[in-house]
Amino acid sequence: MYKLESKNANVFYGASQALTDINLAIHSHTVTALIGPSGCGKSTYLRLFNRMNDLIDGIKITGQVLIDGQDIYAKGVNVDALRKKTGMVFQKPNPFPKTIFENVAYGLRVNGITDAKFIEERVETSIKQVVLWDEVKDKLKKSAFELSGGQQQRLCIARALAIQPSIILMDEPTSALDPISTAKVEELIHELKAKYTIVVVTHNMQQAGRISDSTAFFYLGELVEYNTTKEIFTNPKNQRTQNYITGRFG
Amino acid sequence: MPQIEVELQNLKSEIVLMWKLVSDQMKKSMECLAKMDKDLAEEVLRAEKKVNSAELRIDRDCENIFALFNPVAIDLRLVMALLKINSSLERVGDIAASIAKFVKKSDGFDYLSLITSTHALEMFEEASDLLDDVLHSFESENSQLAEGVFRRDKTLNDLKKDARAVVIAQIKKDPENVEHCLSVLSIIRKLERAGDQSKTIAEEIIFFIDAKVLKHAPKSDEK
Repeated sequence: MYKLESKNANVFYGASQALTDINLAIHSHTVTALIGPSGCGKSTYLRLFNRMNDLIDGIKITGQVLIDGQDIYAKGVNVDALRKKTGMVFQKPNPFPKTIFENVAYGLRVNGITDAKFIEERVETSIKQVVLWDEVKDKLKKSAFELSGGQQQRLCIARALAIQPSIILMDEPTSALDPISTAKVEELIHELKAKYTIVVVTHNMQQAGRISDSTAFFYLGELVEYNTTKEIFTNPKNQRTQNYITGRFG
Repeated sequence: MPQIEVELQNLKSEIVLMWKLVSDQMKKSMECLAKMDKDLAEEVLRAEKKVNSAELRIDRDCENIFALFNPVAIDLRLVMALLKINSSLERVGDIAASIAKFVKKSDGFDYLSLITSTHALEMFEEASDLLDDVLHSFESENSQLAEGVFRRDKTLNDLKKDARAVVIAQIKKDPENVEHCLSVLSIIRKLERAGDQSKTIAEEIIFFIDAKVLKHAPKSDEK
C-alpha cells in the first residue's frame, strides 16, 4: 500500500482548473520532489494532502486523495486528526511570536496535552531531531525571532515534528535560506526520511537531485513525468521535462 | 539562448576542431608511411603538440561546465561523452604521431614491401575513415551511423589477423630481420587500437544521443 496517493485528482479554483487528472503514488519513508514552473499546480497538489486547499473560497476537488489507503476527502473524515498526521513547513520561516520552547509546545497544547513533563520531553526530542538543540538549549525562553533564518526554519520543522506526524509537506523550505542553512535543512531531510514520508516543492533543480528519491514534474496543472530522481535528471522520457530541467523551457 | 547552451555549443565546436586535427594527423601519418617520407613525419610530430593542448583545453572546459552549470539529462550526457571522446581522440593522435616517429627513425630497410603485403595502408585508411564516420555521426547526431562503426571495426580486426599471419611467415622466411618485421607488426596493432578508439567514441555518441550504455555489453554471439 502506498503512503500517499492521488487518483484522477482535479482541482478547480472557480472556473479555472489548477490540476488535471493527477495520478501519483508515493511510498512511505521516501522523499518526493515536486518541480515545475510557477503556477503549474505543485503547491496546490501538496496542499491536497492536508486539505489546506479547503480553506480557499470557490475551490472544487474531484477524484481521490488517499493517505494509507484511506480517502481523506471522504465524508466523515476528521480534518483535525488528518492534519496531525501531516506536518507542514513553508517557504518563509514562520515562527509564532512566542518563545522557542512555546513554538514547539504549541501544537501539543492546542491538542489538549497539559502534562508539563511530557511536553518538555517532546519539545526537547523534537528540537534534537532537527539538530538545533545545542544551539538553543540555553535560550529556550527567548523569543523565536532572535534565531537566524536557518534556525527559525529548523524550529518550524521541530514544531511540525512535535505532534508526531507521519508525513511532512514542505513548500520551498529553503528558498529563503543561505547555502549553509540550506545544507543543514537538506541534511535534516535525509535523516527524517527514516521516520517520515516527505514531499517537497522546490524550484531548485540541484536540490531536488540532492534530496529526493522520486521527482514529479508538473506543467500547466498536469503531471508530465514521475520517476526516480536519478532517471529524471539523467534520462527524462518527456521532452517537456528535459526542456524544463535543462533550463530551455518555453 | 541560455548560457549553458552557449557553453555547450562552444565545447562542441572545440571537439570538432580537435577531431579534424586528429583526422588530419592520421591522413598525413598514413601518407608518410606510404612514402616513408621523413619530412612529413616531422610535420606530424610537430602538430602533435596542438592535439595535446586541445585535449587539455577541452578537459578544462568540461570541468568548468560541470562546476558552473550543473548540467543534467542530455546536457550531462553530452559533457560526459565529450570528456571521454576527448581522451580517445588524443590517443588516436598519439598513434598517428608514433607511426610518424617510426618513419622518422627508420633505417634503410625496405619496409614498403612488408607494408604492402600486410595491407597496413588499407588498415590505415579504414582506421582513418572510421574516425571520420564517427565525426559525421556526432555532427549529425545520428546514432545509427555510429552503430555502423562497430561492424567496420570488425573488418579492421580481421585485417589485423591476416597481417599478423603475413608477418609471422616473413619472420620465418627472413629471421635476420625479425626486428624490422616486429616494427611493422607494432604499427598494425596500433592501427587496430585506433579502430578500437573510434568504436569507443561511437559508444559515447550513442550514450549521448540515446542514453544507452553499450560499453561492456555482451556481443550478440555471447548472449
